[in-house]
Amino acid sequence: MDFRLTVEQRELQAAVRALLAGRFGPERLRAAVDDDGGGPDPVLWAELRRAGVFGLRGPDGADGSDGRAGSDGLGLGLAEAVLVFEELGRALVPGPLVATELAGALGLDGTAALVRLPAGRGPLLVEQLPRLDLLLVLDTGSGELRRVDPAEVAAGAEPVRAVDPLTPLWRVDAALPSGTLLDRADAALVWTEGTLLTAALQVGLADRAVRSAVVHAGRREQFGQPIGAFQAVQHLCADMLARLEPARVAVRAAAVVLDADGATPAARAAVAGAKLLADEAAVRGARDCLQVHGGMGFTWEADVQLLLKRSWVWQHSFADSEECAELLSRQLLL
Amino acid sequence: MDLSDTPAEAGFRCGLRSWLAKAMAELGPPPDPADWPARRAYDTAWQRQLYEAGYAGVHWPAEAGGRGAGPVEHLILLEETERAGAPYVGANFVGLLHAGPTIVAEGTPEQRRRYLPPILRGEEIWCQGFSEPDAGSDLAALRTRAVRDGDHYVVTGSKIWTSHAEVADWCELLVRTDPEAPRHQGISWLILPMDASGVTVRPLRTLAGTTEFAELFLDEVRVPVSNRVGAENDGWRVTMVTLSFERGTAFAAEVVACRRTLGRLARLAETEGAWTDAVLRRRFGLLAGQFDALWRLVQWNVSEAAAAAARTGGDAVPGAGASVFKLRFSEARQELYDLAAEVLGSGSLLLGAVGEEEDWTGQRLQGLSYTIAAGTSQIQRSIVAQRILGLPKPRSATRGS
Repeated sequence: MDFRLTVEQRELQAAVRALLAGRFGPERLRAAVDDDGGGPDPVLWAELRRAGVFGLRGPDGADGSDGRAGSDGLGLGLAEAVLVFEELGRALVPGPLVATELAGALGLDGTAALVRLPAGRGPLLVEQLPRLDLLLVLDTGSGELRRVDPAEVAAGAEPVRAVDPLTPLWRVDAALPSGTLLDRADAALVWTEGTLLTAALQVGLADRAVRSAVVHAGRREQFGQPIGAFQAVQHLCADMLARLEPARVAVRAAAVVLDADGATPAARAAVAGAKLLADEAAVRGARDCLQVHGGMGFTWEADVQLLLKRSWVWQHSFADSEECAELLSRQLLL
Repeated sequence: MDLSDTPAEAGFRCGLRSWLAKAMAELGPPPDPADWPARRAYDTAWQRQLYEAGYAGVHWPAEAGGRGAGPVEHLILLEETERAGAPYVGANFVGLLHAGPTIVAEGTPEQRRRYLPPILRGEEIWCQGFSEPDAGSDLAALRTRAVRDGDHYVVTGSKIWTSHAEVADWCELLVRTDPEAPRHQGISWLILPMDASGVTVRPLRTLAGTTEFAELFLDEVRVPVSNRVGAENDGWRVTMVTLSFERGTAFAAEVVACRRTLGRLARLAETEGAWTDAVLRRRFGLLAGQFDALWRLVQWNVSEAAAAAARTGGDAVPGAGASVFKLRFSEARQELYDLAAEVLGSGSLLLGAVGEEEDWTGQRLQGLSYTIAAGTSQIQRSIVAQRILGLPKPRSATRGS
């Protein structure tokens, strides 16, 4: 056992971090917000696609032996994918990142969103609907994964005001078209992988939240000293890190287990635990980050709101807390 | 990122499993927790069995009587013994997990030869004499003083929260050897023989009704200078080595134990009818996720420590990341017993084990110490904030040090 990142994994992580720092730094993030959140920046998404972000687990293009469409992938595993998605989460890259990667792993090219039926509590919402190339519909009843034309869905949908300025949403009330069955896809596995990659996004976001709080606490002075010297603020920040670290190792361990064993009950429980902890680390971390920023944190100008709102979006993406906790509790009785 | 066993690790695990199955079948019932001599006998007998089977001090160097394996094998040992439901270190805790590793890392060759083998063979029990009535979390405020008299120190003062003092042979003792020096300097780490003249032990009764620890009174106790570990007045640094072991892997096996206990509690909740409560059920789910993640954190910390040891050729000393683990684990463990109280309803007002069931309420009371012992949660948070996140020290703490 050596749980540390390999040299190649560290290099991958550093390369993605450097790419995103150059292409989606703080100015570009603010520009996207001021641009009325028109959706994923096509230029950025083209760059991410070229860098292989959406084809991480697609078969390596060099041999392309299995002849699947869009087989220009990097041939990596989930263990590498979660590292890349941690970085995407840290950079707050907007758009349906996870479903697009899942589609890529299934050999489908293009920007994709995924919805599950029945939808659970609340309305059925689809992110970025007009900009999607494909919509994946996972039917819990039949256990099938279908591919649907987003243009057909858009006809029976309307844009709604969404909480996250960078995640525009469309509400779908009409019945979804039946679409095309993806008979090679294991729907339960796709859902589990999507849950794991979303957890990785949350880990990245939670990491950004704690760093942002620490930087602010070290700079902002009150009563003649940095507020970070006050125990109350220190302990807020310490708890943010103490929630983040177990979540980070849980995500990475779940990826290793899922890669090695497939979606066994133990692997699905590991993913559920990872998402549960990552959601908590992100949502509470963003909330605490706002608290450390004080009044400034409550303004539109500060970026803290973007962290908090995105953590809520990802909390409701793929398996939510209720589903994860129920899956884990069932596992206890086995 | 590799969580699977190497062939060598798998072989070690397999041999250990079959040995445990045999040893567990011959193991007698655990003693009454109030009967300290019986506890000592039970815990040391188990340690002796481990020693004879070659499983004592797995990660200690061969010259210290250990097996010379790495920290990963140590982790496998903790995992497998706990999974088998085997007795854990018990009265051997301080010797095996604090004093032993500290002497391995900082002791002289003579000290290693004298003190380490009896720990591994389960012949000698250690206790910890760090805290004092006015120096608990602020450990550097300790006042027990040691005055040099030829080749002896003459030690006077008192210690408190001294676990296992009632049956201990030795005490890892922190004393002030230079009262003029700044607080963190002028401290030395001594090995105190508990049968020395002038040593008095007074057991303290906890709120759970047990005597887990004691007060220790030292009246002009003569301790040979050769019993000092590390240089004179360098005891603070040696202590930090000891505490990093305490916070690092000392609790690793207990994560596995908590996960097993949670499973037993879930089955109890099912038979008691509490399992139909979705809110309660989801709290079980969250706790299961937390214990699983804490175990992964142990594996991560051990991987890092093993790599650092391989790089430097030194020992695998856990870093400040251990505080993150200690903080989360002590809280999750308390939540486990709070959950048990909800499952039991008014039954949680009863003390003592019922039939096959464990003493959930006694454990709940005992568990109140987790966020206090081995450095309070508040101290751990300050360590995380200042040493890992790099936040500035509060002014009041920097003044005068």
